[in-house]
Amino acid sequence: MKLRLSEEDAAFREEMRTFFTTQVPQSIRDTVAARRELTKDQIVETQQILNAAGLAVPNWPVEWGGKDWTPLQRHIWHEEMQLASVPAPLAFNASMVGPVIAAFGSQEVKERFLPATANLDIWWSQGFSEPDAGSDLASLRTVARREGDEYVVNGQKTWTTLGQYGDWIFTLVRTDPDAPKKQQGISFLLIDMTSPGLTVRPIELIDGGHEVNEVFFEDVRVPAENLVGEENRGWDYAKFLLGNERVGVAPVGSTKRWLAAAKELAGDRIAGDPVLATRVAGLENELLALELTALRVVAHSADGKPHPASSVLKLRGTELQQAVTELYVDLAGPLSLASGAGDGSGVPDWARVSTPQYLNFRKASIYGGSNEVQRQIIAKTILGL
Amino acid sequence: MDFTLDSEQTALRDAVRGLLSKSYDSTETRREITKTDPGFSEKTWTQLAELGALGLPFAEEDGGFGAGPVEVSIVAEEIGRVLAPEPYLETILAGGLVADLGSAEQRADVIGRVAEGALVLSLAHHDIGDAVVATASGDTWTLSGVKEPVLHGARADLLVVTARTDAGVGVFLVDPSADGVERTGYRTHDGGRAARVAFDGAAATPLGDPTADASDAVALAKARGQIALGHEAVGAMDVALRTTTEYLKTRKQFGVPLNTFQALTFRAADLYVSAELARSTVTWATLVLQDEPERAVEAASRAKMQVSRAGRHIGQEAIQLHGGIGMTAEYSVGHYTSRLTAIDHTLGDGSEHLARLASTVTDHGVVDPIG
Ligand SMILES: Cc1cc2nc3c(=O)[nH]c(=O)nc-3n(C[C@H](O)[C@H](O)[C@H](O)COP(=O)(O)OP(=O)(O)OC[C@H]3O[C@@H](n4cnc5c(N)ncnc54)[C@H](O)[C@@H]3O)c2cc1C
Repeated sequence: MKLRLSEEDAAFREEMRTFFTTQVPQSIRDTVAARRELTKDQIVETQQILNAAGLAVPNWPVEWGGKDWTPLQRHIWHEEMQLASVPAPLAFNASMVGPVIAAFGSQEVKERFLPATANLDIWWSQGFSEPDAGSDLASLRTVARREGDEYVVNGQKTWTTLGQYGDWIFTLVRTDPDAPKKQQGISFLLIDMTSPGLTVRPIELIDGGHEVNEVFFEDVRVPAENLVGEENRGWDYAKFLLGNERVGVAPVGSTKRWLAAAKELAGDRIAGDPVLATRVAGLENELLALELTALRVVAHSADGKPHPASSVLKLRGTELQQAVTELYVDLAGPLSLASGAGDGSGVPDWARVSTPQYLNFRKASIYGGSNEVQRQIIAKTILGL
Repeated sequence: MDFTLDSEQTALRDAVRGLLSKSYDSTETRREITKTDPGFSEKTWTQLAELGALGLPFAEEDGGFGAGPVEVSIVAEEIGRVLAPEPYLETILAGGLVADLGSAEQRADVIGRVAEGALVLSLAHHDIGDAVVATASGDTWTLSGVKEPVLHGARADLLVVTARTDAGVGVFLVDPSADGVERTGYRTHDGGRAARVAFDGAAATPLGDPTADASDAVALAKARGQIALGHEAVGAMDVALRTTTEYLKTRKQFGVPLNTFQALTFRAADLYVSAELARSTVTWATLVLQDEPERAVEAASRAKMQVSRAGRHIGQEAIQLHGGIGMTAEYSVGHYTSRLTAIDHTLGDGSEHLARLASTVTDHGVVDPIG
């Protein structure tokens, strides 16, 4: 056993650090550091800078722009990106639909979509959840009926994150309503969001923002070649996708950075308040434990498969992320009420955004497989209960 | 970076596990052994010595085996898995101070015998009231005051005692049968042994230079002890968790096994999270001790705090999820909880370590585990 990074890994870390802190525009990194919402253009610009340097989709097969990195190098890449306040490549593209197409798509589908997906020339949305299919995703009802060389899609998706920017949406649709098990009749279909019959309606969240949408399909005609893999095998691809989603979803690096920033913003207050100091120290230790667990997980997933303990990362990672947003609200105290104050306000920016962010991050334990779903996975697959 | 054991380390683990699982094959065996003094099996102690486990952390020229913190952690974890009551921690703590501070003769005299299992050491460092005071008259030193609780203090063949000197903290060797030393031994709640040790002008030999302040050496020794205890706790947590999940699968109520109740399986999942996070932190602290000993005191605090939280969580829930049987002395989980509670309160509990970490929390931005 040894703690230190090998010379190569240390050099790799330095290389990443230098790239992220010098090649991504300061204004974008400042926006992230101030925990302000990014524009679509900022996200696209960043991903294109990363992609040009071969750093946008390292988890993909090499042939499609991936890197033959070790899990540890991938981890370092991700952590350094977060520590440098660089927005990560759009997850829908880089960690969700891209790997699915690369693993299961036909050669035509790969060639058509993968380069554009890596470069964020196509902005993907995730169309999985439906009003009556959340945690129980397999009970989804949106149907795709085959007519000649087209599918005709009818139904509704919901919670579609950033669907207002979406060019394309990857969906799970029911292609065999008579399959003996509900998991068996599902297909993975790619749909152009400009198709006639497709409408996107915004949903306002409790923080006042608009990041999710409903998507309606009324006789939307989709060329059959947009099917990924085989018909009725979509559930397998979805499971593959969700496994990848969980691995990247514990943002230890950015939570650490938030906590460090909270200490700075609070100035002398923390040092003078033992209750606050122990709370911060406690959070730091929990984050350390989580980061070390993430390192153990990557060090052990040499075969490239997610380690079973990755559920620990999702579960605890989102709890800590939420705990830090809660800390900001408490640090702001009465100033946290000034969320609607304009530029002339004497209330600092961070205090004004603290409550909307706290409210917004309640989402973290719901999406990406709710924390209850993670507990279920741990209990069943790890503990055998 | 690498968190896996090499083949020699795996062999060590298997050997220690083999020995200890024979010595402590059941809760009943352990209860029998902890019932009578000295509260552990002298035979198992000798076998551990024969296996080389007791000399692991010490240099070969002193009579040890020149291994490192990882090897110590392996032994400690196996001890934790069966709650072996042998005074292994005392060897790490007191032996470590002899190795760090002692003269060549002192080291040669003590370490070799410790490695052979011929000498049980105990570190007397906890002051119950005013600190024990060391007084010099010419070249001879005497100690006065009371240390309590001194773990395995009644059985110990040699005491290593911390005391106040003009220079700060001094460390002394005391023959417990000497005049002016009075020992009163008793049982601790986890089946262990402790003693009140009163010194009344007892003759003491300084370890190393008594005119220098040994605070740093004591802090490092405690860090080593805290980290080893952390591994002991991780071993105990692992078994307590496995025992609990097995029970949930086999115990039937309302006509079905308990694991059909999600309220219970979710709590087991949370125990797993606690256990994994504690294991990560303790393993890291071991590697810090190995690679960057100058950061070990802080790393040990972080590990001990994590162990405190996880130990309480797992200990309390292990009993709760077993229901009434978990409360009984015949059944194992209560003993695991008792031991985890003892570990929490040995060498600083969670709140103490949290307070210490809190006092420096504004000195840094982020905590970087790999420096
Ligand atoms: C901000 C946000 C963004 C999202 N973005 C997307 C997106 O882009 N694309 C997309 O497809 N989906 C998205 N989702 C949807 C998300 O994946 C679902 O919300 C999630 O799967 C939970 O489903 P649900 O909301 O229907 O809750 P439900 O499944 O109804 O769950 C309600 C509560 O019950 C718990 N629960 C459910 N089943 C069990 C069980 N068996 N045991 C114990 N507890 C259980 C849940 O954990 C939860 O606490 C997003 C959600 C949010 C909040």
